[in-house]
Amino acid sequence: MDGFIPPHALQPVPDVPVLEVKDLHTVFMTDNGPIHAVDGVSFTVGPGETLGIVGESGSGKSVTALSLMRLLEEPARIVGGSITFQGKDVLAMSRSELADWRGDRAAMVFQDPMTGLNPVIRILKQVTEHIVSHGRMKPAAARTRGIELLRRMGVAAPERAAASFPHEFSGGMRQRVMMAIGVANDPALLIADEPTTALDVTIQAQILDLLRGLNEEFGTAIVLISHDLGVIGTVCRRVAVMYAGEVVEEAVTAEVLADPRHPYAWALVNAVPRLDAPTGARLTSIEGTPPDALNPPRGCRFEPRCPFKIARCATDHPPLMEVAPGRRARCWVTADGRSLPRPTLPAAAEAEIPLLAEAPLLEARNVEKHFVLRRPSFMKPGLTVHAVNGVDIALHKRESLGVVGESGCGKSTLARLLTRLHEPTGGSVTFEGQDITHATPAAMRSLRPRLQMVFQDPYASLNPRMTIGDALAEPLLAHGRVPNRKAADERVRELLSTVGLKTSFASRYPHEFSGGQRQRVSIARALALNPSVVVADEPVSALDVNVQAQVLNLMLDLRQRLGLSYLFIAHDLAVVRAFCDRVAVMYLGRVVEEGPADDVLSRPLHPYTVALTSAIPEPGRQRVVLGGEPPSTLRLPRGCAFSARCPIAQPACEERPPLAEVASGRKVACHFPGAFAPRTLSRLETVR
Amino acid sequence: MSRYIAKRLLAAAVMAILASAVIFLIANLVPGDPVLAQLGDIAASDPATVARWRAKWGLDLPLWERYGIFLGGLVQGDLGMSIATRRPVLDDIIQYAPATLELATVAFLLSLAIGIPLGIAAAVWRDGWVDSLARGLSLLGVSAPTFWLAFIMLAIFYGGLEWAPGPGRLDPIAFPPEGPTGLFLFDSLWAGDWETFTDAAAHLVLPSIVLAAATIGLITRTTRAAMLDSLQQDYVRVSRAKGLRGWTVVMRHALPNALVPVVTLGGLAYANLLAGAVMTETVFAWPGLGRYTFRSAAALDFPAIVGITLVVSITYLLVNLVVDMSYAILDPRVRR
Repeated sequence: MDGFIPPHALQPVPDVPVLEVKDLHTVFMTDNGPIHAVDGVSFTVGPGETLGIVGESGSGKSVTALSLMRLLEEPARIVGGSITFQGKDVLAMSRSELADWRGDRAAMVFQDPMTGLNPVIRILKQVTEHIVSHGRMKPAAARTRGIELLRRMGVAAPERAAASFPHEFSGGMRQRVMMAIGVANDPALLIADEPTTALDVTIQAQILDLLRGLNEEFGTAIVLISHDLGVIGTVCRRVAVMYAGEVVEEAVTAEVLADPRHPYAWALVNAVPRLDAPTGARLTSIEGTPPDALNPPRGCRFEPRCPFKIARCATDHPPLMEVAPGRRARCWVTADGRSLPRPTLPAAAEAEIPLLAEAPLLEARNVEKHFVLRRPSFMKPGLTVHAVNGVDIALHKRESLGVVGESGCGKSTLARLLTRLHEPTGGSVTFEGQDITHATPAAMRSLRPRLQMVFQDPYASLNPRMTIGDALAEPLLAHGRVPNRKAADERVRELLSTVGLKTSFASRYPHEFSGGQRQRVSIARALALNPSVVVADEPVSALDVNVQAQVLNLMLDLRQRLGLSYLFIAHDLAVVRAFCDRVAVMYLGRVVEEGPADDVLSRPLHPYTVALTSAIPEPGRQRVVLGGEPPSTLRLPRGCAFSARCPIAQPACEERPPLAEVASGRKVACHFPGAFAPRTLSRLETVR
Repeated sequence: MSRYIAKRLLAAAVMAILASAVIFLIANLVPGDPVLAQLGDIAASDPATVARWRAKWGLDLPLWERYGIFLGGLVQGDLGMSIATRRPVLDDIIQYAPATLELATVAFLLSLAIGIPLGIAAAVWRDGWVDSLARGLSLLGVSAPTFWLAFIMLAIFYGGLEWAPGPGRLDPIAFPPEGPTGLFLFDSLWAGDWETFTDAAAHLVLPSIVLAAATIGLITRTTRAAMLDSLQQDYVRVSRAKGLRGWTVVMRHALPNALVPVVTLGGLAYANLLAGAVMTETVFAWPGLGRYTFRSAAALDFPAIVGITLVVSITYLLVNLVVDMSYAILDPRVRR
């Protein structure tokens, strides 16, 4: 942006913190009384500093971010504390001062790029309107700068992009546009609220790199809000961990990750499956749910769930105390400067060895699914989405097979083909030895009980007007598994306790449950008919890390107790690694690599797998940031589908490589397996 | 964009032909005999007279043949002869349509000019006094019967306060302006006749308010609901985070997105105003299509009924065409 930096950006304000928050209180006024969403939060961000705020949903992190910009809407209200920006009192600003300040000195980037851009206004206008409205530039100059900003943020063909409308862009590109909007006036502070949560992991890596670059090159102070400590670790030097409206720990991110001093931070750090953890191990999870926001506990708010609590925790509310130089934690246990013990993981109970020698339970051979779209006009041929293009996959008894890939790679379609929710366009699907490729709905009906599915969004897949008991009893009665309603209720209670829910929950409706509880109900429903295979499509990706750990542990237990086989669709490699025996990596409707989860993810052979594993935001990991985005599924490339983004593509890649076995149990679809192994990846084993 | 318009035009033409067939069929299938309605009791009791009448108006021919004749005439711009007025239906329609067109258009513009700003204000100051006022007015407008409202308005503003002129399009002693369109506002301006213009405008005030009352209510409500929805969208928060001023956010970011449902309703409302002014025209002695329609229906004047229905349905099609095109202007996602 040389030559475009407005003069004000060249005058740093020395030594005055960019942002100083003291004892901030934000409440939601409800009919039942005020909910203290932000309850006495304090932190300081110096010039050019990076601070992360982490916590689960409902912890108050997003409300904090909105409070900082004074963007709260009724019924939320700031009721106490102070926010100071470069020495100016933000809470005392008039409307017009606020408008002058926002988008100029302090800017914000929001979570969902799909809804954050105005659908009826051209990109350029959206990027530049506040450059003009803040009086920084005349429209003509702003136009040049707008295109330059888009280019800097990595928007392809910025001139053309500038004249386009938002619907013409992918999510990743829209988030780049959002970033361009955020930094348009060279703000001293950029607040990013979950900027990558809606994006795929390789795109997330690109956006996080942009954020880091902004901080390093322009000294923009950054406050990054995320539920993912890994994401924060890649951008922010310091982190504040929030729980129930309070900061419970604040320290250098690397220190929190290595040695968390608050039990909640401890739980957050250890609940996340890591790519270098042993497979099949249970994850650390804490029981319970966050406290009732209307009546928080008198003592420590984490006390009811805390595995380390002492007597004092129930009665005295701990202040944020200095527990080590530069480290503060709100905990009586670690107040004297001690560390919390490493989690003692129960060794993975002897996992039943998958019966790989037997014929597979569920098998797809060269299965294809093409969706024909409506013709754009009489003249043109209909477009075809090539969702799945010849996949061979086999799931054995007691096996967990993971299918990973980015959105649009065809993994969910594959799940629906295997469960015959879709009919394949080509190839074959067999289940328990029966060919079900073109089985009629009536024929599927007798097989359905043994082949169940769990979906990503448990709320959308549960009927809001049916009690959980009715929802669970329905399949039992429909398939004649129980003689009467009484027996069904008996089985429902059994199922609820199997998935760790109280039997009294049977009379409740879906909206009365939390996300994790609802996913347990979905699992119970899948188990009701004693399936042999459960196909789970992103079952934990909508859940907070701790809840995710609980649900994954439950699924691991059930596998051992009931001898289930799982086909596990996920975009999160670490989750797959923690959960699955084997993994298949998909790209553009094909499997590009397959093998034991351990091997594939720690020693990937396909360049795409290498890039995927390296894009995971685990701190301390150097990343290969993959450029570009997956090509359109409307017109498949003739050669290797990945060659357009591949760092080691050769002329030979014009021809499509077959999925070939390169070592025992390992298959790769690449002409040069293992050739792309950046030096940095060798650190993978030594991260912890 | 041009392909989108071409597609809509083609669809509209097909719809118009289909509509003509349906209209003709239904008009000829309804029970009721125009001959008996036209002839007196004595003439109707003479079979020879009745047969002569039938032959004269072509009513003795089979239905398909009559439709053929009708279509043949239609392409030449001939809608047939009115049984009641003994004039070409098209001439009748041309005579009466401008009065209705003028009234409906003024009422429509009035609805937009009041409904949209009121709806925006109600959404911006939700639950404030503007909102209460808007909700009260729209409830009144939608629920007050036209004949009652017309009578009350006349009684107060013409009879009582004498602020407004009485029924009719012009003062009884004034001459209608010479002009090409039959729209008095336009023709008087065309002729530079300021006096006639103000007279015509004054005569439009009460009937257009009465006619617009329900539409104002509907447009206010729809605008309010669409704005409330739009104001909660993420991009509105983004534009506030950019530091745009309150009204810039509302008018530039929220409003364009809220207009789509308003345009949909507006199109329907305009067509309804054109076709549904019977009551208002009757009370205000407005020489428009509404009254012509009423008379034709009472006389079972089939050619006139078919002609009017056809004109109304083509108007609907045209208005819908305009609505579809406005979508394309308002929302780039529609342009394909």
